Amino acid sequence: MTTDELIEALALRGGAIDAHRVVRRYVAALGVGIALATFVMAVMLGPRHDFPQAAALPMFWVKLAFVASLAILGAVAAFRVGMPAQRPSTIAPAIAAVIGSMWIVAAAALAESPADARMPLVLGATWTSCPWLIAGLSIPVFAAVAWAMRRMAPTRLRVAGAAAGFASGATAALVYAFHCPELAAPFVGTWYVLGILIPTAIGALLGERLFRW
Amino acid sequence: MLMLDAQAGDAAAYRAFLRELAAHLRRFIGKRLQGRPHEVEDLAQECLIAVHEKRHTYDTAQPLTPWIHAIARYKLADHLRRNRHAEVASDDIDDAPDARATATHDAGDARRDLAKLLARLPQRQRLPILHVKIEGLSVAETASVTGMSMSAVKVGIHRGLKALAAMVGERE
Repeated sequence: MTTDELIEALALRGGAIDAHRVVRRYVAALGVGIALATFVMAVMLGPRHDFPQAAALPMFWVKLAFVASLAILGAVAAFRVGMPAQRPSTIAPAIAAVIGSMWIVAAAALAESPADARMPLVLGATWTSCPWLIAGLSIPVFAAVAWAMRRMAPTRLRVAGAAAGFASGATAALVYAFHCPELAAPFVGTWYVLGILIPTAIGALLGERLFRW
Repeated sequence: MLMLDAQAGDAAAYRAFLRELAAHLRRFIGKRLQGRPHEVEDLAQECLIAVHEKRHTYDTAQPLTPWIHAIARYKLADHLRRNRHAEVASDDIDDAPDARATATHDAGDARRDLAKLLARLPQRQRLPILHVKIEGLSVAETASVTGMSMSAVKVGIHRGLKALAAMVGERE
């Protein structure tokens, strides 16, 4: 087939393009992923028992704002990676700033407490399970984001995998925060971040295989 | 501008846009694949198809050229990577001690063997290989014959050939 014939064939299949469809599909996929993760969390883990009391504490909302901003930044970054020539790199400093702020709060909390109380602040009661549960909850979100990403056009596949992994990890952390009994900033700054980084790393490894087109 | 009209569904504008794009792609790829005119034309076609299939990922508020170049660069890198694999693979065949024995193998046997192996592939891989690699149709023609999308045809060929190679490997 010559190039002219190809152009003729493609021109006939042109048709109008709905510019918002790609955004809608991505947001819908993200919504399905979050719903699935929330369902799994509610059924297998359950929301924390002292939810009303916890919601009265400022740190609960600080934690929620922390993971919510990471989830939003991650979702925007992953979307941009799927659109050729849209630079997601401007989002990296924002993510670093959010995590950095949590570390400053954590450092202040550690500095205020006596030496023998510091390790408990970092480890809490659930450090062995927290990152794994976040990583586990990220699986349905990752599947949904990957489904949408495959219909887009990522040109840097490893970055696309990492961004999809980060977005699903941060979203899973947001869902997990409703179950998690921990409120100390050193704990959140360590184990939540680790929980988000696990799917990020796995996503980077899978990117070339999943998103090639 | 043509791209915007085309996105709005104007076929003539889209055709004109694709013509201009083809010329642009030939230059863009030609600069990067000097001395390989055949590959330039093939790759320009592949990029045209990619632009067509992925045109929903173009944000009309953004400039067009960087979007086109990002796609062309991606396809170029993919092409170079694939060719490197292909070259390595053909080196392996040349080096294999029984390469000559295979070459003198009865052609009828080979055809029968191939048909048997192809029959084991799922249809979405068998048809693209049959049409493109054996009958010599183009990817676009195969897509219209089978009703598959062009990227599905290409993926089918790629995965099917890999599966065939694995089948041949396990028999030896």
